[in-house]
This record gives sequence, structure tokens and C-alpha cells, in this order.
Amino acid sequence: MPDEVLDCRGQRCPLPVIAAARRMPQVPIGTVVRVLADDPAAAVDIPAWCRMRGQEFLTAITGPEGPAYDIRRTH
Amino acid sequence: MSASPVYLDAATAAPAHPVARQALLAALDDGWADPGKLYTQARRARQLLDAAREATAQTLGVRADEVSFTSSGTTAAHGAVLGALAGRRRTGSTLVHSAIEHSAVLHAAERHVAAGGTAIPVPVDRLGRLDLDAWSAAVRAPGVALAALISASHEVGTVQPVAEAAAACADAGVPLYVDAAQSVGRVPLPAGWSVLTASAHKWGGPPGVGVLAVRKGTRWESPWPADEREGGRTPGSVNLPAVVAAAASLRAAAADAAAEEARLAPLVDRIRSRVAAEVPDVEVVGDPVLRLPHLVTFSCLYVDGETLLHALDRRGFAVSSGSSCTSSTLRPSHVLEAMGVLSHGNVRVSLHRETTEAHVERFLAELPGIVAGLRAEAGVVGL
Repeated sequence: MPDEVLDCRGQRCPLPVIAAARRMPQVPIGTVVRVLADDPAAAVDIPAWCRMRGQEFLTAITGPEGPAYDIRRTH
Repeated sequence: MSASPVYLDAATAAPAHPVARQALLAALDDGWADPGKLYTQARRARQLLDAAREATAQTLGVRADEVSFTSSGTTAAHGAVLGALAGRRRTGSTLVHSAIEHSAVLHAAERHVAAGGTAIPVPVDRLGRLDLDAWSAAVRAPGVALAALISASHEVGTVQPVAEAAAACADAGVPLYVDAAQSVGRVPLPAGWSVLTASAHKWGGPPGVGVLAVRKGTRWESPWPADEREGGRTPGSVNLPAVVAAAASLRAAAADAAAEEARLAPLVDRIRSRVAAEVPDVEVVGDPVLRLPHLVTFSCLYVDGETLLHALDRRGFAVSSGSSCTSSTLRPSHVLEAMGVLSHGNVRVSLHRETTEAHVERFLAELPGIVAGLRAEAGVVGL
């Protein structure tokens, strides 16, 4: 389960990625943040951001709140 | 401040080759009659059409009766896919295609699936290169009627392993369709295909002319209502003046192709290295070596693609983008998605015979400031 949830539903890319990039440095290392984002580009761009920034992309799921992406802060 | 225009979207439509303009004007005078009729004006039109077909066939390395002209590259692609599937429907109903085909091919595949057929996409790697193992396994499966592979990605420029893919198809007895829209008139064509298409405005011909080549012995059945013109492969009158211009400019482009490749490939190399070095947080995508000579794509982190295109346009630069906000469907490019690379802030730059080193230098000089300005406005500097 994620440690916290970032609700970016209704936001168009790159806004969900920007929101994740702002939040991740503020959480302790090891924290899992779930990004809720219904823009289809988030499915590509959130994993790509994790790769470019060396953060860990855990999983993409579609739950009751729509598409969600779990990221762990690794550094 | 006004900026002189620098057109960098040849992969969408290259500026008309001077030969195309000359041939078009001449053919408007001489080639307006219906080439199928039996009078003097029609015979003149027939001569022009036959000469255009012969010249195009020579450039493609095929026989003239294997070449048909269509009303666009898209129509050629639709006919290639649906006609080859129709011709092999007794063998099976599966279409194998790369995940990075042009949307014209994918839309034909959707039509095939809606009619009860099957379409199997084959993945690519992070550089946009076909997964040959997955391809070989897919074409060997029972019931495959056709395999479709783009010669080189129109979005990221990665050249596909067509010869190897064709060998796998030959082993499996499956015909291969190659969408060569970005390769014809620019680089040597791969071998081993049964059906090939191209689009004249990609090589400096006029818009509204496509080429559909079907090799002898290929089972191909027209998916359109019956029409005897163009070998029965595409209905309707061809736009003969445009076809003549397309053929003349293809011959000219092909004659210059090696020299243009030698001139443009280093400019693309320069864009790849300078953008990566001088724009922070940018991902230059596509294969750095096995790529088209004239096309380069990159994505700028945290930048909105549409905003970037408009900012570049205000400075006179015409480029294309695969970002979702620039597409009518608001979905990111399926090519970038298949590669797993950043899709927002995406820019495709494609060069042509009128592109100079000075154009490229001006683009490279202005791009970092434009991206930095947009990031500052969006408040994303330092993220």
C-alpha cells in the first residue's frame, strides 16, 4: 500500500509528472507515493520520469479511483 | 521581433522539389485528359502516365506493372493492408504488425479486427527497434495472412531490421508489407518485401499522390469496389499532373539521395548531441546510429508539447510533436508509448534539401532559451 496519495485526476500532462517531481523530494527515502492521474500520457511519462530521475517505478494499477502509479523514493 | 521561417517538418511534407513544380506545370498543359480514352489527347496523357510509372518502378527496383498510383500515402497503406489480407483470407485472418506502424496502417488493422480478423502488435525496444524474436514467433504462428513493418520510424527515425524480418516471413511463408514512406527517395530500400507503399509529399513531390507496389506472385485482392484503372488496385482517376510531378521529383530525389544523406546525417548528429548537451533534462530518442539521415526526436521534461510548438513557431521554426496535447485524440504518440520514452514536451525535427547548416545552427542557438523560458513560466526550474 502507498504511504500517501497524490491526486492529479483531471490534470493534463505534464502536470501529473510535475506534481510528482515536486512531492518526491519532500517525502522520506523509501516512501511510496501513489499518483492518481487519468491523462493517458501519464502511463508513459511517470515511468519515464522515474527512469530519468533514478526513482523506482513500482506499478501501474487501475482501481476504483482510476489509473494510479506507485513510485518509491530511492534517493 | 519577427523571425524568418525555418521549416523543419519534412517528415510530414517536404517542400516541393523544383523538378516537381516544373513537371506539374508542364503536365497541367499536357496531361489533363483521361488516359483511358481513345483519342489524341488521351494518348498523350497515357504516355505521361506510362512514363511516370516506368520511372517510379525503376527507382523502386520493380516492374512497371507492379506499381499503382493512389490518391495519397494513406490510401496506399490502407490498400496494401486490406488487399493483402483479402488475398490471403483462405490461409488465415491474422495481421502481424510492429507496434510503431503509421496510424494509416493501424487504422486499416482496426478495420480488419472490426470485421472479425486478428491483429498482433510486436513490441519494440527503448530505441524503437523491432523485437525480432517476438516478430519471428508471431509470423510463425498458424493463420498469419500478412506481416507489416515500417521501413524506418516516421516519428523517431529508427531504421527497422527489415531484411531479418523479411527472412522470418519467408521462412513462415507470410508476405511482408513495408511502409517505406520515410525511406523512398532518401535511403536505399530494403529487400524481401511483397507489398510496399510510399507517399510523394515526403520526397518533395506534390501532396495527394501515393504509391502502392505489389510484387508479382503476391496474393492481393482489391478491398475497394471494382475499377480497372491502376491495375485494378485503386479506384478512380489518378491526378495525372501530380503523378507526373511525383515521378519526376522521385527520380531527382533518388539521384541526390546519397549526397543528401551525407549532408543531412551530420546535421542530425549535431542536433542530437547539442540538444542533449545544451538543453537540461531532455531525452533524445531513437537509435543514435541505425536511423534515418534526416529525422531526430527529443522530449523536454516538464514542458507542454503544444506550448513548445507554439513558442518555436513564434520564432519561425516549424516542427512536429508526438505529445498528447498536440494530437486530435489527446493521446500520446503510440510510437513513444511503445518505446517507453517521455511523451510530453516532444519535438520531431526533420530536414530536407533546402535545410542549411545555418538553419540548424539557428534552431540550436534558440532552443535552449525557448525551453528555459517555458520552464520558468511554468515554475518547474530545478525540479
